Amino acid sequence: MSEKKPKRRDFLFTASYAVGAVGVGAVVWPLIDQMNPDASVKALASTEVDVSSVKPGNTITVLWRGKPVFIRRRTQDEISEARSVKMEDLIHPEKDEDRAKNPEWLVMLGVCTHLGCVPLNDKGDYDGWFCPCHGSHYDISGRIRKGPAPLNMEVPKYEFVNSNTIKIG
Amino acid sequence: MSDHNYTPSSKVGKWFNDRLPLLTLANHLTDYPTPKNLNYWWTFGGILTFCLITQIVTGLTLAMHYIAHADMAFESVEHIMRDVNYGWLIRYIHANGASMFFLAVYIHIFRSLFYGSYKSPREIIWIIGIIIYLLMMAAAFMGYVLPWGQMSFWGATVITNLFSAIPLVGEGIVTWLWGGYSVDNPTLTRFFTLHYLIPFLILGLVVLHIWALHVPGNNNPVGIDIKKPSKDTVPFHPYIVIKDGFALLMFMIVFAFFVFYSPNILGHADNYIEANPMVTPAHIVPEWYLLPFYAILRSVPDKLLGVVAMLSAILILAVLPWLDTSKIRSAVFRPLYKQFYWILVADVLILGYMGAMPAEGLYLLIARVATAYYFLHFLVVLPVLGFKEKTLPVPLSITEPILGGSPDLVIAKNDKRDAKLK
Repeated sequence: MSEKKPKRRDFLFTASYAVGAVGVGAVVWPLIDQMNPDASVKALASTEVDVSSVKPGNTITVLWRGKPVFIRRRTQDEISEARSVKMEDLIHPEKDEDRAKNPEWLVMLGVCTHLGCVPLNDKGDYDGWFCPCHGSHYDISGRIRKGPAPLNMEVPKYEFVNSNTIKIG
Repeated sequence: MSDHNYTPSSKVGKWFNDRLPLLTLANHLTDYPTPKNLNYWWTFGGILTFCLITQIVTGLTLAMHYIAHADMAFESVEHIMRDVNYGWLIRYIHANGASMFFLAVYIHIFRSLFYGSYKSPREIIWIIGIIIYLLMMAAAFMGYVLPWGQMSFWGATVITNLFSAIPLVGEGIVTWLWGGYSVDNPTLTRFFTLHYLIPFLILGLVVLHIWALHVPGNNNPVGIDIKKPSKDTVPFHPYIVIKDGFALLMFMIVFAFFVFYSPNILGHADNYIEANPMVTPAHIVPEWYLLPFYAILRSVPDKLLGVVAMLSAILILAVLPWLDTSKIRSAVFRPLYKQFYWILVADVLILGYMGAMPAEGLYLLIARVATAYYFLHFLVVLPVLGFKEKTLPVPLSITEPILGGSPDLVIAKNDKRDAKLK
């Protein structure tokens, strides 16, 4: 075996291992991929919500893809509070203008970016949300201000179908 | 192993044994030479086997009535509790059995830590044990999800979200684990499948654990290598069987106390509320046996590092045989290690308590100190101690000192006396 020159048998071994590996991969992949979201789960991708009954200063929670979505109709005070925050004070700097295109309506996933609990409304040190699981504080724009969560609460893709209806997803 | 030349006495037995040597195995197990000084801390291996079998038998019977579906799981558990004959008993044994299993495994692990059972030549036994412990945690976690109560749902959410801390692929892994965009029916059905599978994996590993144990034989309270068989050993049957059996009876009294007198004391009232993806319970707390690790997770203010710290706290045990540099196994002959051992026990208990408390203020501070100490114990104290510690002389055999013949033990006694006089 001191000779480095490959023999016909070495070629056969390598080729067999390679074909074998591809074969094993092709068999294993369906077994792994079956655990990913199935067609029926993916089909529930969007939800329409009637928000006409929501009063200023109130939040409703709707279910989208099994996750709660907070829809808050913000008061003028809350909007100015959210927009006056300096970017340097934020852990995950995002302008409120970018998070709430229509300043009166804040739409975001009600899921703490730490480990996925649902934060509580009107709680915490920043007049926004507070996650009871591990103590993350969010402001009135849903931005993380204090605690272990790394990111702001996620703003999903949504649009106003008309002035009373929001389509999420 | 003393039984290489075993021959069954009966003709049929001999015929069978020549074809499948099961009788040789049985003979090995009964005659297996065991150190004669094993104390009651050594009975937990048998107790753990009992726990595993109890969980498998009660689990199989529960599975005949449980329905793994997000809309029906909660009701089916109530159906088991109210309608199924003895359903309440079987479920309470299974639920409390998990706690008893962990109680026994923690005693078993700390026994190993005290007497240095993880050291050469028993590293493989130890590592298999750690894998069993990891599988136990996975099985317990998934089993806790099955009743589909509030703690089930939010526990599942928090634990699966731990994987989202992995950079780049984390979110994809979480979606894959869930089979959707949140914990839902696909998550429940796969957890049920895995919860059913894992105990049998554990059973297989237990066989390997015992097999690996029977190669070098048991460690013992003195922690020395012994000649087998010799005056230092007794056959497993009947000596150890009787001792294990008595300890198991005592253990079953504790078990029965929980099952019959306070079956819900180790659970959470929130889990009798059906899972609601819109509302998180005010205090999410894992089961008591996971609390120390939960405290470590929460004591690190960064998400990824918190997860890394928690996993390291468990995985560090796997490399323990190489972190502990001392050649002496038993803490009996390691005066300094003995003290650090008890500090570690206290540290883990403190972590457990902090894991149950809200992560704020003084609780958080204490949890952080205790977390730091936990790693300090394994990464600094143990490696350094092996070089610095002045150990006591160990006897040459188990029998010698008792019969008064060991010069080494006299030295040990004198050293102890001198130390006291100082």
